[in-house]
Amino acid sequence: MPTASPISRVNDFVVRFANVNGSGSASANELFARAILRMGIPAAPRNIFPSNIQGLPTWYEVRISEAGHLGARGGTDLMVAMNPQTFDKDIAGIEPGGYLLYDSTRPLPASKFREDITVIGVPLTAICNREYTDARQRQLFKNIMYLGVLTALIDMDIKVVEQLITEQYKGKDKLIAPNLKALHIGRDHATLNLDCPIGLKLKTTDKVGDRIFIEGNAAAALGAVYGGASVCAWYPITPSSSVADAFTRYCAKLRVDPETKEARYAIVQAEDELASIGMVIGAGWNGARAFTATSGPGISLMQEFIGLAYFAEIPAVLINVQRAGPSTGMPTRTQQCDLISCAYASHGDTKHVLLLPQDPTEAFDFSALSFDLADRLQTPIFVMLDLDIGMNHHLCRPFQWEDGRVYDRGKVMTAEELEAGKDFGRYLDVDGDGIAYRTYPGTHPTKGSYFTRGTSRDRYARYTEDGAAYVDNMQRLIRKFDTAKDLVPRPLIANADKPTKYGVIYFGSTAPAMEEAIDLIEARGHAVDRMRIRAFPFHSSVNSFVADHDFVYVVEQNRDAQMRSLIVNECGIDPVRLVPILHYDGTPITARFIAKSIGDHIDQMSVKPAKVSS
Amino acid sequence: MTYLAKPKFHHPNLPKNSLGYTHRDYEGSVSTLCAGCGHDSITASIIQACFELAIEPHRVAKISGIGCSSKTPTYFLGNSHGFNSVHGRMPSVLTGANLANRDLIYLGVSGDGDSASIGLGQFAHCLRRAVNMVYIVENNGVYGLTKGQFSATADRGSKSKRGVTNTDNSIDLVAMALQLGASFVARSFSGDKQQLVPVIKAAIAHRGAAFIDVISPCIAFNNHAGSTKSFDFVREHNEAVNRLDFMASRMPIEVKYEPGTVEVVEQHDGSRLALRKLAADYDVHDRTAALGFLQHHAAKGQVVTGLLYVDREPEDLHAHLHTVETPLNVLSEKELCPGQAALEAINASLR
Ligand SMILES: Cc1ncc(C[n+]2csc(CCOP(=O)(O)OP(=O)(O)O)c2C)c(N)n1
Ligand code: SF4
Ligand SMILES: [Mg+2]
Repeated sequence: MPTASPISRVNDFVVRFANVNGSGSASANELFARAILRMGIPAAPRNIFPSNIQGLPTWYEVRISEAGHLGARGGTDLMVAMNPQTFDKDIAGIEPGGYLLYDSTRPLPASKFREDITVIGVPLTAICNREYTDARQRQLFKNIMYLGVLTALIDMDIKVVEQLITEQYKGKDKLIAPNLKALHIGRDHATLNLDCPIGLKLKTTDKVGDRIFIEGNAAAALGAVYGGASVCAWYPITPSSSVADAFTRYCAKLRVDPETKEARYAIVQAEDELASIGMVIGAGWNGARAFTATSGPGISLMQEFIGLAYFAEIPAVLINVQRAGPSTGMPTRTQQCDLISCAYASHGDTKHVLLLPQDPTEAFDFSALSFDLADRLQTPIFVMLDLDIGMNHHLCRPFQWEDGRVYDRGKVMTAEELEAGKDFGRYLDVDGDGIAYRTYPGTHPTKGSYFTRGTSRDRYARYTEDGAAYVDNMQRLIRKFDTAKDLVPRPLIANADKPTKYGVIYFGSTAPAMEEAIDLIEARGHAVDRMRIRAFPFHSSVNSFVADHDFVYVVEQNRDAQMRSLIVNECGIDPVRLVPILHYDGTPITARFIAKSIGDHIDQMSVKPAKVSS
Repeated sequence: MTYLAKPKFHHPNLPKNSLGYTHRDYEGSVSTLCAGCGHDSITASIIQACFELAIEPHRVAKISGIGCSSKTPTYFLGNSHGFNSVHGRMPSVLTGANLANRDLIYLGVSGDGDSASIGLGQFAHCLRRAVNMVYIVENNGVYGLTKGQFSATADRGSKSKRGVTNTDNSIDLVAMALQLGASFVARSFSGDKQQLVPVIKAAIAHRGAAFIDVISPCIAFNNHAGSTKSFDFVREHNEAVNRLDFMASRMPIEVKYEPGTVEVVEQHDGSRLALRKLAADYDVHDRTAALGFLQHHAAKGQVVTGLLYVDREPEDLHAHLHTVETPLNVLSEKELCPGQAALEAINASLR
């Protein structure tokens, strides 16, 4: 008998699937998430997977929230425990009053179950062994079968699931009927033998709207297509490889000459990250829009080249899908841990532009924008995704493109201008914004050629070791970086309903959890203003936001409070007023964690010295 | 040393090529290398080859790594864009540049340290990727710029200026280039302009990965007794497989040599190479035999020079990627951006 009363909620709960990597569960689980979206209920799935191809535990968590909270919440209301290896831990993670669905073919000792949860056993293996003889089929249909069980347990619209299965196997029509059959075997078993529905229920609504459901990596790749990238050089690394894969797919569809069928793009899988960034820099130097996609270890390898691109002023775009470091770290877990290694990448005095998208829609927008910024600023631009944004499907605003939008190719001197006698100095700051004109190789027979190098030079690109000329150039690079502050996406501010001395700064994939955390913090009676930073270098509003509050919480997903360090360093702010809120165990940050950390801190700050009671 | 602009004095009687350019128009700024450095002779041969081929100087992109050798692109083709990149990574920069604009001529200049030591990986991969380029290694067996340490091409048993003997095996970049699939492979000697100029011309006309290893003695650190990359050593141990005459497509072929000793090789653009055979049994189209020939002579302490291999039907990276004829760097929004209608269809597929 459960000691906590069973949770009863509609369109607001968390389902977690525990599976074994390589068992074919992924497509059944994804069907589950998609069906909920088709019912008009916002949902956010997250894959927690190992660095392994087969055999290790994986989890798939679906946050269902009619209110639209799409961040990770923490805790599980319904656990679908299909992996005996992790059974104990999975059961421990269920909320009091929650539910457990497990394969009861082999009875488990009662000691395995908790008193305060509802245990639902279905002999899935036994049913599959009865229905199928082929071992692979037994495994695959077991997944669809538990999906069938779930449709009955939580009142999922069976028509929607049937429709999705039909769409999924379009073209492989032979597979539709057997999948539908497995689905119904599971559903029928549940209706006949179990108390359906349980306390957790779905109800069709219209809260999804016109939103789309996509992974951030695919969105960033599509942004690169729209932003005009024609050269991509990359080296495989989790969690960024699917950026190049998606770019390849989209280009094959969208970038082929309709008549000749020839490619208006070049994609090279390089021999390592040194070569991929080298190719990007070579292409950028030669006037094509080029990018690479990588993750932390790749960024480490690229350091020398990044400094060259900074100093020689060559456009380049690096999409960094961050994963937990240092070293190989937790390669399939998420973090925001490369801020400093990217912002100050390479030896010597360097600073780079970082864009910090919050979801796939912004990944698309910022990826497209990064090519304009790279050309305008003639420098490397980092688009900072993370595994959570990149490799999970997110429900987000549809993509939009303004037809007629012209690419900003920056300051490029043409053959006509050279011919007309315009003075060309490759490192001459003619406009006072720190940005000089460049020429593409091959522009003019006798004018406008110059030598690009990583060594110091004068304003006319002539090699020099003269200290004054060196300083002059380094100062101009700082002017250029200042120019960048007004070109990059501005921070977004949302103020609390009442004046408050507390502020919070956050960025990237923390956004959905933060939105929900604000509700929770307000429910505790506290007010906080918030700022979402979307780029580095910081706009001046970051300074004023900090100045306007006594305490500013800086929420980030790394150990060393890297964003806080950047703010302290770049804005010259007293670190005491910036309170770090850090989550870095490799799982996506949760609303509960943020709300508790900030709420507890504010409580502490507002405690009056205790009075001795009479 | 700061940049010295070379006085551009044009003698009215200087010979002009078919474009009306003189030799001077292919020069760069004054070399800052040691007087007598082999690399300067290679620079002179590059200038000569480009002048004779009547290449528009600005249609060449010169890309190098780091080293004395990698500095040389400043000393030739002053009207070309140049890129002195990072140590050992010229091939990737060149590959990217080539992807962006397939219409320029790519001249990669590197050293033996740059290509065989730190950059061995990039050397290998750009050759197997068949990038259309001329890749020249100015090979002195040492790191000139960092003052004479052995590089990976230093022969085992050779002595440094300080008297240290190299005990590591050496890398033969020519053998590697053959093995890696380069479609044009040659070796020459900086002191042999007669051989080097036509080899460079032929390599430029070749549409594929052309590799030239040029032995180029370092006066400062590798021109002493005991060095196998010194002027004297190379002169004494040079085993030339052929002498080369290069004819651009528009020139008539003059076969000046005895029948049976001349082989005419037609290149993709219609230009022709006339090979004056020294080694009668040498077949310039046989990759496997070239490797055998090389190793056979190396065992005897001989340095084989000449055009060792040329593929009659070379292919390049753009052919493998099926890229459009138009250089990617001139494509506009119209060709690059699919527009809102396509995006709406994508949105619809994501619901
Ligand atoms: C990453 C890095 N490591 C070391 C160096 C120092 N360095 C400069 S040139 C050079 C060797 C050049 O040798 P080679 O390519 O043979 O050129 P050479 O000077 O002999 O023509 C070295 C080690 C460097 N520039 N960069
Ligand atoms: S050190 Fe050697 S390689 Fe360098 S310039 Fe002098 S002679 Fe040439
Ligand atoms: Mg050398």
